[in-house]
Amino acid sequence: MSEAYAHPNYVKIWFWLVVLLLISVAGPMLEIPALTIITAFGIAVIKAFLVAANFMHLKFEKQIISFLLILALCLLGVFFFGVAPDIMMTDGDQWIDCIADKSCVEQRL
Amino acid sequence: MHGPIATHRSATGVPTGRLGTWWLLASEIFIFGGLIACFILFKLNGTPGFEDASLTSVTAGAVNTFVLLTSSLSIVLAHAAIEKGDQNKSFTYIWYTIGAGLVFLGIKTYEYTGKILHGHTITENLFWSFYYTMTGLHALHVIGGMVIMALISFDIRKGYNYQRVELIGIYWHFVDLIWIFLFPLLYIANF
Repeated sequence: MSEAYAHPNYVKIWFWLVVLLLISVAGPMLEIPALTIITAFGIAVIKAFLVAANFMHLKFEKQIISFLLILALCLLGVFFFGVAPDIMMTDGDQWIDCIADKSCVEQRL
Repeated sequence: MHGPIATHRSATGVPTGRLGTWWLLASEIFIFGGLIACFILFKLNGTPGFEDASLTSVTAGAVNTFVLLTSSLSIVLAHAAIEKGDQNKSFTYIWYTIGAGLVFLGIKTYEYTGKILHGHTITENLFWSFYYTMTGLHALHVIGGMVIMALISFDIRKGYNYQRVELIGIYWHFVDLIWIFLFPLLYIANF
């Protein structure tokens, strides 16, 4: 059983999560691309924080867990920048645009 | 009530069972994070096919997000109930969560059927490959969570392993958290 701490008001947290969901759905209706990105991903980050801090009790958890998660996210960042050249670079002697001509898809079928 | 070693033994100040759950989730960050990272890179690179994001149903995605957020509320209430020793209330909340999981999978199945009938299969282009891989892997996590929750619910009725409600709750919130990022990526942000 977990250690004793005052539970947050879970229904209130859920209410705010639903409000944020409605904003993220309404954002693209204004048809402003920059605003869509902000309302979609900015709100996703806020929602993720609310869930992790309150529902997963991360704000009551020992710091070692936060370090563990930050380490995982940093390593994911290494992965991101590691594979970025493979996806983003479109020239070089060995480079074939197999996605555009669908040859790599056909090879795998 | 039993007191398994995962409840009490701790070298870090975090009970071993909970530490193990967090370790599992840290590994899950790479599984889903890797897919999301590659999706973003291909999208930023202007890879053909990603404009198909406009073909996904925002309504279905939004309803599923609502369902998962609500299921997160019910599983955390199950945890709060079992901390007070209320087995029946916790059991009921766990089954509300399983029910929400079923609704989520039902909507997902409806979506898959519609897309496949319109010819949008996993091999159509890179967007649909990512769509089916990410949502399919997520759905497998939902199914796994539901099965484990069902097993735990019967255990706690017998007075066993109360701490597992918290552990499956942390896992379930993570599944919810992944969906929170999949929803804008696949449904609303056609950037």
